[in-house]
Amino acid sequence: MSVTGIVEFLTIFVLAAFVGNEVISKVPSILHTPLMSGSNAVHGIILVGTMIVLGTAQGTGQLILGFLAVLLATLNVVGGFVVTDRMLEMFKAKPADRAKAHTDGSTTGGGK
Amino acid sequence: MTLGTWTDLIYLLAATGFILALKGLSNPKGARVGNLVGAAAATVAIAFTFTNHAVRAHTLNLVLMLVAMVIGAAIAVPAARLVKMTAMPQMVAIFNGVGGGAAALVSIVVFLIEAPGSPAVYRIAEVLFGVLVGCVSFSGSAIAFAKLQELMTGRPITYPGQQAINALVGLAILGLAVATLVTGNTALLVVLAVLSLVLGVIFVLPIGGADVPVLISLLNSFTGLAVAASGFTLNSNLLIIAGTLVGASGILLTRMMSQAMGRSLPNILFSAFGSVVTAAGGADGTGADARPVRSGAPEDIGVLLAYARKVVIVPGYGLAVAQAQHTARELADALGERGVEVFYAIHPVAGRMPGHMNVLLAEANVPYDQLKEMDEANPEMSTADVALVVGANDTVNPAAKNSPGSPIYGMPIVNADQAEHVIFLKRSMRPGFAGIDNELLYDPKTTLLFGDAKDTLTKLVAAVNAS
Repeated sequence: MSVTGIVEFLTIFVLAAFVGNEVISKVPSILHTPLMSGSNAVHGIILVGTMIVLGTAQGTGQLILGFLAVLLATLNVVGGFVVTDRMLEMFKAKPADRAKAHTDGSTTGGGK
Repeated sequence: MTLGTWTDLIYLLAATGFILALKGLSNPKGARVGNLVGAAAATVAIAFTFTNHAVRAHTLNLVLMLVAMVIGAAIAVPAARLVKMTAMPQMVAIFNGVGGGAAALVSIVVFLIEAPGSPAVYRIAEVLFGVLVGCVSFSGSAIAFAKLQELMTGRPITYPGQQAINALVGLAILGLAVATLVTGNTALLVVLAVLSLVLGVIFVLPIGGADVPVLISLLNSFTGLAVAASGFTLNSNLLIIAGTLVGASGILLTRMMSQAMGRSLPNILFSAFGSVVTAAGGADGTGADARPVRSGAPEDIGVLLAYARKVVIVPGYGLAVAQAQHTARELADALGERGVEVFYAIHPVAGRMPGHMNVLLAEANVPYDQLKEMDEANPEMSTADVALVVGANDTVNPAAKNSPGSPIYGMPIVNADQAEHVIFLKRSMRPGFAGIDNELLYDPKTTLLFGDAKDTLTKLVAAVNAS
C-alpha cells in the first residue's frame, strides 16, 4: 500500500474517533451497561477480518490460528448482540407491566 | 461497478448502521432498536464478505470457516440467552476478551503471511499495536471474568515490588516492539504476544471487584482499538470505523462510569498500586472482626416497619443474588397498604453494573415512581424512620464520606446512616465487593438480619401482616 493509502485510513480513523465520542455523549447512567455491551458486540465485526485471514491462510499453523480467530470473533459478535438484547428486553417490560401495578395511584404516570 | 465497489458500499452501509446503533443505545427509547440495527449491519457485512475472492479461494479454508462460525454461534447463543441477570457483566467480559483475542490473531497471521517479504516498518507497527492491545484485552478480560465469577478473590491483589515488576514487563514489551520493528523477526513477535498476555493479567490483578465493571468498559475500548489496528493491517475501512467508534466511545463511557462512582479513572486503575490498602482507614483503625453487632429477629423488625411512617429500601447485589426483587415488592406493597410511605433508593452503581437494580425491580413490576435515584433520595433520608438495606454494603458505607484513607473515599453513597433506624439484610459479616469494612454495621441504631435476602424478606412480610 502506498503512503497516500495510509493517510486516507488515518483520516477515516480520526473522523471515526470524533463520531464515537459525539454519538454517545448524552447517555444516562442507567444505560451504561447496555451501551458497553452493545459496543462490545460492534467490535465483533472483527469477524470480517478473521474470515479474510482464514481464507488466505496457508499451512497447518496459519489454518489453526485462523480457525481460532473466526471462532473467537463469532463468539464476540453473536454473543454480544444477543446478550445486549436480553438486557434491553428487561427495560422494555416496564411500561406494559406498570399498568398492571395497582399498588397506589401510580398507574396514571406517563413514561419518563 | 465491480464487486469490490459493491463490497465497499455495503461496508459503508454497515458502518453507518454501527453509528446509528450506538446512537440508539444511548437513549432509553431507541436502545433495543439500536442494538437490532447493529446486529443487522453486522449480519449484512458478514454475509457480503463471503463474496470476497480471498475468502472463497480455497475450499478447505472455507469449510473450516463455516465450521468455526457454526461452533461459535452454537456456543454463544445459549450462553447469552441462559446467563443469569446477575452474571451479565462477566458474560460481557468474556465476549469482549475473545474479540480482543481474535483481533490479535488476525494481526499475527497477517504478519506470518507477510514476514518473508520483509514488510514496511509501518506495516509491522500496525501488527504490533494489534497484538499488544488485543492480548492485553484478552487476558485482562479473563481475569475480570474470574473476579466477577468469584473464581478468585474480588479484592485488589497487591504484592511487594508490584510497580517494579509491571514497569519491567512494560519496558520489555517496548524493547521487543522496537526489536521487532527493526528485524521483522517472528519469534520476537511471539514473545511480545506472550508478554502482552502477562501484562493484561498484572494490570487487572490490583483492581478491586467493585471497580471491575469500569475496567471491562476500558478493556472493551481496548478491543475496539485492536480491531481498528487490524483494519489498518487489512486495509479495511469497515474495521477501522467500527473499531475506532468503539475505542473512542468506550473511553468516554469508561470516564462517565467512573464519574458515576465519584472517582477518577486513574484512581480506579492504580489506587491499589504500591500502597497496601488498609481495611477501614481513618482513625477507627482495623481489627473489626470481634466487634459487637446487633442482630434482630424478623418479628421485631416487622413491627418496626409496620408502624413506621417512611421506609426507604436500599437494594444491592444481595437482592439480585437472592432473586428477592419480587419479595421486596411484596413487602413494599404490604407496608403501602398500611399507609407506610415506601420508596427505593437506587445507587447508580448498586449491584454489579450500572442500572442493575432498575432492571431487577422493573422485572418485579415495582411502580416507577417508587424508584428514586440516589440524588433524589438522599435529601429525604434524614426524615426516614427506617432504611432497609437489602444486600447492599459499599453503596451505603459512610467511609466514603468520612474516611479519607478508604479506597472508596469520595464515592457518593446513599445516606442510609441518616435514617432513624438502619436494618441490614445480609448473608454474613463478609465485607462488600470493595473488600472494606462498613462502620455502619456497628452503629448502635443498626440492626442486622442474617440470612438469604429472599427468606428474610418473606419472614418480614409475614411479620408485617401479623402486626
